[in-house]
Amino acid sequence: MSLLITNVRPYGEDAVDIRIADGVIAEIGTGLDAGDADVVDGTGLVALPGLVDLHTHLREPGREDAETVETGSRAAALGGFTAVHAMANTDPVADTAGVVEQVWRLGQQAGLVDVVPVGAVTVGLRGERLAELGAMADSAARVRVFSDDGHCVADPALMRRALEYVKALDGVVAQHAEEPRLTVGAQMNEGDRSARLGLTGWPAAAEEAVIARDVLLAGHVGARLHVCHVSTAGSVEILRWAKSRGVQVTAEVTPHHLLLTDALAETYDPVYKVNPPLRTDADVQALRAGLADGTIDAVATDHAPHAVEDKESEWAAARPGMLGLEQALAIVVQTMVEPGLLDWRGVADRMSVRPAGIGRLDSHGRPLAVGEPANLLLLDPTHRATVDPAALASRSRNSPYAGRELPGRVVATFLRGVPTVLDGKAQK
Amino acid sequence: MKRHLLEAGDLDRDDATLVLDTAAQIEQALAGREVKKLPTLRGRTVVNLFYEDSTRTRISFELAAKRLSADVINFSAKGSSVSKGESLKDTALTLEAMGADGIVVRHGASGAPHRLAHWVRGSVVNAGDGTHEHPTQALLDAYTIRQRLGRLDGVRVVVVGDVLHSRVARSNVWLLSTLGAEVTLVAPPTLLPVGVGSWPVQVSYDLDAVLPKADVVMMLRVQAERMNASFFPSAREYSRRYGLDARRMAVLPDDAIVMHPGPMNRGMEIAAEVADSARSTIVDQVGNGVSVRMAVLYLLLGGAPE
Repeated sequence: MSLLITNVRPYGEDAVDIRIADGVIAEIGTGLDAGDADVVDGTGLVALPGLVDLHTHLREPGREDAETVETGSRAAALGGFTAVHAMANTDPVADTAGVVEQVWRLGQQAGLVDVVPVGAVTVGLRGERLAELGAMADSAARVRVFSDDGHCVADPALMRRALEYVKALDGVVAQHAEEPRLTVGAQMNEGDRSARLGLTGWPAAAEEAVIARDVLLAGHVGARLHVCHVSTAGSVEILRWAKSRGVQVTAEVTPHHLLLTDALAETYDPVYKVNPPLRTDADVQALRAGLADGTIDAVATDHAPHAVEDKESEWAAARPGMLGLEQALAIVVQTMVEPGLLDWRGVADRMSVRPAGIGRLDSHGRPLAVGEPANLLLLDPTHRATVDPAALASRSRNSPYAGRELPGRVVATFLRGVPTVLDGKAQK
Repeated sequence: MKRHLLEAGDLDRDDATLVLDTAAQIEQALAGREVKKLPTLRGRTVVNLFYEDSTRTRISFELAAKRLSADVINFSAKGSSVSKGESLKDTALTLEAMGADGIVVRHGASGAPHRLAHWVRGSVVNAGDGTHEHPTQALLDAYTIRQRLGRLDGVRVVVVGDVLHSRVARSNVWLLSTLGAEVTLVAPPTLLPVGVGSWPVQVSYDLDAVLPKADVVMMLRVQAERMNASFFPSAREYSRRYGLDARRMAVLPDDAIVMHPGPMNRGMEIAAEVADSARSTIVDQVGNGVSVRMAVLYLLLGGAPE
């Protein structure tokens, strides 16, 4: 199968034609002969390496009413992703080789993105003893990222052991940094707005204290640490300090923390409830700066689908989390590209290259170059559209972006040369 | 007035004054009448939707609605929507289908009345939501202050106690400052919210320092269980540092008054001799509550049915 993308701008640079054959980029040049290849007109479009998400909740097994591997994969492909890491907090928890292989196989069957299971750090996410990390690493799912996401590995001794143990697996512990005793009953960012709204505060220090502890531990034992969904200005400072000391720490920020603030809690609409919570504008600015200078390595969606009844309730009763896969790139365009904080190579680096490296995915995050796997997306950066949750591919509707006009439209996504999205439509 | 009364912070000075003036008119109209009832809300339905036990607030609203000749339904929904029973939304739609013109809601979750207001056409009155607001309590407190001191502008109000968890404190902060009073919050720092610095109030940790200049002292209920979460070391220490006893009452200016939203913990935040003293407005507050709630229901529902 052969395909020719004509007149497209890789990384937003000079327009070229890209020939894809046998799943790889076969030729890049101008005026390439289409021959009998299918032609995709890339005029006005930017080509980027397929995006890699380090943090997705696909909800299967257990909450197939909220999302399945297939519906989440479709949402991911439409968002320009070619690989997503599926978090372990399913039911049953992905804490055994059996469960991670099941998720991996469901991803293969859906065939829209590479679904890379994340393994739980501790049995049942209970934070008591290590899950069989080696068995998950050695399984067909080839797990390299381990996380109790949704829960913090709060016990410092257990966290230390986990960091040490995964060194043998070339793995990384992705920490949900939340000191549990400081966030009992927490509902939103603790500050002026929580004071007024009477919602229990989630202090920034509860995140920062765990990150500070963990970078010290990771430095001490020489292990890789990844910090999930960094949300505060203080966290960025700690990460910057740790990196300057040579600690092997990486970090991600979510699209929603790059765009939204705790002012939205004033609506009491739980679509804006998320963990960690939306923070202040000063935090948003610090996160953007941290992503721009590379202190924060990656944008990760924390795509968290929830059934209607889990969100249409009182704030305190609602589950935390928001959709992200289909709007992630648009939000990065709005918050980072349009203000000039990142160029397209920067976007490729933070949304593809670095996350693929953190997850040890060999065939993703590769440059757009001859001989490389044809995992890429085509983006129309000038297109603007208003988000309609009902039109999303996700099975859930809890998008915090409903009614917002966002820039950029993923026109096509290719997974190993096969179009998963064409003309903005999923191909299966 | 807006269609709902969700928070005291929504009321501007004119709205708030209108409620207080209306309450005064209602009280006058009923004074000396044998039948303490006005026909204003005849044919209208008011639902008291209470997710938390609160006999005094529910009875006060019930009496207010009945004195305005409304039909009153008490709907007590124990337990939260997550633990059992139907969701808040389904309950809202049920009440909507039954044609509730007004829904008075008490709920343990901050913001629940705001959610409810999205789902119903009738007017929603917040009768206390979580640790957020209790606007009719603040209105009746303001009414009581005005009644006793003759004004609100420039009145120095000291609010003492568990501000962090108090919806009464929040509503009073916004309403009293809107009405021109000078509010000082006094509490141990553990019982003040982070972010209190953005409120239009003074903050003090020292009750004795502020009492000599107080026109009003409003004591908040403090739950002894808070000490288990280390908000303070013991009930006794709390009482010593922040309780209002006869000794402290003696340093108040001559015409200063003492308020408490009830229910009181006698001996904890307020000594019995203070609660029962001539300065105490606690019983007035209860009576005024009915008048103020009548005013609120009248102003929200009093127009011709749509």
